[in-house]
Parts: sequence; structure tokens; C-alpha cells
Amino acid sequence: MAEVELALEAPPALRRRWHPLRVALRLPAGLTGAVLTLAAVAVAVGAHVIAPGDPFRLTGPPLLPPGGAYPMGTDDLGRDMFAAVVHGVRTSLLIVAGVTALSTLVGLVVGLTAGYHRGLVDSALMRLTEFVQVVPRFFLAVVAIALFGPGTERLVVLLGLTSWPLLARVVRAETASLRSTEFVLAAQASGAPALRIVLRHLLPNALPPLIVVIVLSASQVVLVEAGLAFLGLGDPELISLGGLAFNAQRFLRIAWWMAAFPGAAIGAVILGLNLLADGLNDALNPRRRAA
Amino acid sequence: MTPAGLLRRLLRVVGTVAGIVLITFLLVHLAPGDPVLALAGENGDAAYYAFIRQKFGLDRPLSEQLGTYVANVARGDLGRSFVQGRPVAHVVAERVPATLLLTFGALVVSTVAGVVLGTVSARRAGRPGDLAVRAITLSGDVLPAFTLGQLAIVWLAYRAGAFPVQGMTDARRNLTGLAYAGDVAHHLVLPMLVLALGEVPIIARLVRVGLLEALEADYVRTARATGMSELRVLHHALRNVLLPVTTVVGARVGMLFSGAVVVEVLFAWPGLGRLLLDSLQSRDYPVLLGIFLLVSLAVVLANLFTDLAYHRIDPRLRHG
Repeated sequence: MAEVELALEAPPALRRRWHPLRVALRLPAGLTGAVLTLAAVAVAVGAHVIAPGDPFRLTGPPLLPPGGAYPMGTDDLGRDMFAAVVHGVRTSLLIVAGVTALSTLVGLVVGLTAGYHRGLVDSALMRLTEFVQVVPRFFLAVVAIALFGPGTERLVVLLGLTSWPLLARVVRAETASLRSTEFVLAAQASGAPALRIVLRHLLPNALPPLIVVIVLSASQVVLVEAGLAFLGLGDPELISLGGLAFNAQRFLRIAWWMAAFPGAAIGAVILGLNLLADGLNDALNPRRRAA
Repeated sequence: MTPAGLLRRLLRVVGTVAGIVLITFLLVHLAPGDPVLALAGENGDAAYYAFIRQKFGLDRPLSEQLGTYVANVARGDLGRSFVQGRPVAHVVAERVPATLLLTFGALVVSTVAGVVLGTVSARRAGRPGDLAVRAITLSGDVLPAFTLGQLAIVWLAYRAGAFPVQGMTDARRNLTGLAYAGDVAHHLVLPMLVLALGEVPIIARLVRVGLLEALEADYVRTARATGMSELRVLHHALRNVLLPVTTVVGARVGMLFSGAVVVEVLFAWPGLGRLLLDSLQSRDYPVLLGIFLLVSLAVVLANLFTDLAYHRIDPRLRHG
């Protein structure tokens, strides 16, 4: 029995389905996106090396325009905007990484379960998915943070538990279409348990198209997090790009740099993620690439 | 949609609304501290707290409290704003027109602009026009609303002086009639454009991809072969492309409302978003809960109407 399953275990399509990742890196959009995203990750990881010391400390004269020792100028209290932006990128990516991990996990569990079981389980889970998709997550986050108080972990849990519906839908569709393929039927016939079929056979094959959805959803989370921080709902212990932009609001007439650099940093992170998703999508759908 | 299908769809709406009310109830009760604080604000006096405790039955079992809460919400009774001392329903309702003006304006502008830009982009695929459109949509795609707004304030309002920076009207002038409408429109331009720009990319991309596909279709080739003018051909192709544009309207309402919060804060536009920030800063929880319930309801209804409209517009679904 085990031998039969083993022979059919690695569908030959598996290796070929990962090929798009390499194709994406050869497309200009995919490559630019990958480079930008890697640069953002490098800034986030190396924030304490790039801009050492406490980014909250006062270092120079207030409202200094960009140039010289302060490439992004200083804010109204004389803090270095460059250090603030570097640490803001770090906060942003930290939250996005947490949210993406959590929402991917939930989306995979819901989507795989619904797609594999169908019937009552499927329709119940899809109702739940629809519901979560309809609830305006930005407003829910505002109310929840107002009532529970701000905090990075809370924000991650809140956004993670509300950002999975699209992923779950795509996983379900992929699972449902793979479910009746021969290698899955063979595994079932050989008596493999459902969990093993889902994890060893369905998940790896459904993964490549999911990556596009995951990357796009990450870029959405960057925007939502920035919007919440702009309303003052970010973690007060950490510098956030949205919070920097809100602080800039009172000084727009005299200090454009306080608004422009945090905004540009968010733009660069989102541009990187979107281009990466574009490249992956084009690589996966050659028909779209031609268009 | 068949009557039975319509009924099922309406039942789902009721279920969704019930779920949302349940979420607010749970938030109030799971939040740290006494739930009376969430329902009455943090700065109330003892007598008011006692009144709210009694009104929401906060000393009763939780299941009973849920019933009381639902009954109160269903009657539109969301409690009193602590800061303003008036019913939440009134405080929230008077901000609705300003937000509707902003979001509806942005919905229309972004849809029209998205269709036009998407069409230009598809007709000139790969040429400078296409690339220009793609650059515009890219900026709306990657820059957060507050950055777009702040750049607009710095360059268009302060530097160029072409637009007012804040508010909905000019407080120094006491305008009436047409002059008043003109003043509001002048104040509306920047916030509406900023909100719309974030939405244009979605529409433009849908139209571009759809049109590129449609222009390759057999019916377009047939139409061209009959000697039909290129403009009429485009008209036929666009009719089919606009279907997906309709379907995303429901989903966009939620995004427009959350975008409106940021834009209203930026431009001091006196709508729900501005109220949301003020209530956040003064910890006016009843008002926050009221805004959340209202926006959720608006999103649910927008999705319902989109569904119904879709079934009317698409002849394949009308008799399905």
C-alpha cells in the first residue's frame, strides 16, 4: 500500500508549477518588485544598524530642511526624520509579517477544509468567509483598539483575523479542483488519511497561485496599518509611518519633508509588493502577459 | 432573481446584520473594565452610570443583556454621546450628508475616470498613452490617501493657492443659495479627488483587461466587418466590460468609507470620519459604536443592491 502511494506521491506537475517563481524574477516588474521588497526587509532587519540609537531622541534643531547630516530633515522636536522613517519601515513590516502569517494560516485552514469536505462544512465556512469579508475591518479595528487600548500584538491578531477571506476563497477553489485529480484519488484509494492528503498532496499544488494573493493582501495590510496609525491608533512604543504623517499635518505649510518621506517610504514598500505580485501573476498566467 | 432566491438573499442580509450587532456586543463586554464605560463613556457621573446599567440590564445574565442590547439597537437607540449629551443617532445622523457628498462624489468621479483611463489604456496598449495612464493609476495605487492629500495641500492649496485647505464652507463669508453651493463645491474638489484617486486604479485595470479581451472577441470582429464605426464598436465592447465594474461597487463602498475617514481628517471635512477621530480622542465610545454599526449596515446594503443590480443588468442572470 505504502509503495503505491509513494509512487504517486510527487506529482510531476509539482516541480513545473514552481517554475513561475523563477519566470517572475526574469520579468522587469517581478525583478523590480523583488528588489524593492528585499530592500525594505533589509531596512527593517538592519534598522538598528542603519539608524542606531533611540529614534525618539532629540538630535538637532527643529524643522531643519533635508540636507547635510539630516538627509530627510528634522521634525518639530528636532528628531532625525531619516531614523524615524527607517524605524517606521521596521514597525510596518513587523506588523505586516505577523498579520500575513496569521491570515495565511487561517485562510489555509478554512479554504482547505471547505474545499476538501464540501457539503455542509463547506457552506458553513463559506458563509463565515462572506461575513468576515463584509465587515468593514478598518472601522472594526478602530472600535476594537479604542475599547481595548493600542498594542502591536492586538493589532496583529485583529488584522490577521479579518484579512483571510480572499485567500480562503482561492484555496477552496484550488482544493476543490485538485480534489478529483487522479493522484488525489489514488492517495484516497490507498487509504491515506484526509489530513495527509490535504497536507502532502493538495497544499503544495495549490500554493503557487496563493502566493500572488498573499503578497497583494500584505500590501493592503501596509495601507490599513498606516491608516490606523494616522488616526493615532498605533503602538505608542513604536514609531509608525502613519503616525509620522499625522504629526506632519500641523506643519504642512512649513515642513513638507515631514509628510513626504514617510509617505514615500510607504509608497516604496507597497510598490515593491504590488510589482512582485504582478510579476508572479504574469508568470502564472502567460495569457495575461501577452495582453 | 427568483422570489425564492431574493428571499434567501434577504435572509442572509438579516444574518449578517445580526452578526455585526453581536460583534459590537462582544467587543463591549470583552473590553477590559466595566462594560458600562463602553456604553456611557468614561467621564459620566454615578447617576448616569446607574441609569445605563439599568437600561442595558448590565446586572442581568449575559444572554438577557444581549436581548436588551439588540432591542435597543433595533429601535435605533444607541445611547447618548457623552461629549455632546445628545442621542448617538442624532450626533451620527447629522454628519451623514457631508460624508455621503464626499464618498458619492468620489465614487462617481473615480468610476468615470477609471472607465475613460482604462479605455484609453486599452486602445493604446503599449504606447505612450497607455504608459501615462499606468503611471497615474500606479500613484493612486501605492501612495496612501494621507500622502496624496498632504501633497495636494502643500502644492495645490498652499503653494498654488487654487483651493481652500480646510472645511466645507468659508466661515468668514455668509453665503446662501447658489453662491453657497459653489463654495461647498470649491471646498469639495480636493478631498473628493484625493479619495477618488485611490479608487481609479481598480476600475481602470478592470476596464483595460476586459476591453483588451473584448476587442479580440468574435462579435467585435463581426461588427467591424459590417463596417460599423470604431466608436460604435467600442460602445458594444464597453457594455460587456462594464459588468465587472458594477460588481465591485459594493466592495468599494467599504473602502471609500474607510478612505473618507483619513481624507476628512486631512481636510477637516465635517463628516463621519472627522466625528470618528474626535470621538476617539474624547473616548466617546457610544458614538464610535454607532459609527461602526452605521458603516457596516451601509456596506451590507451596498453589497445587496450591487447583487440585485447585477442580476438586472446581466441578461444571462435575469432568467437564470
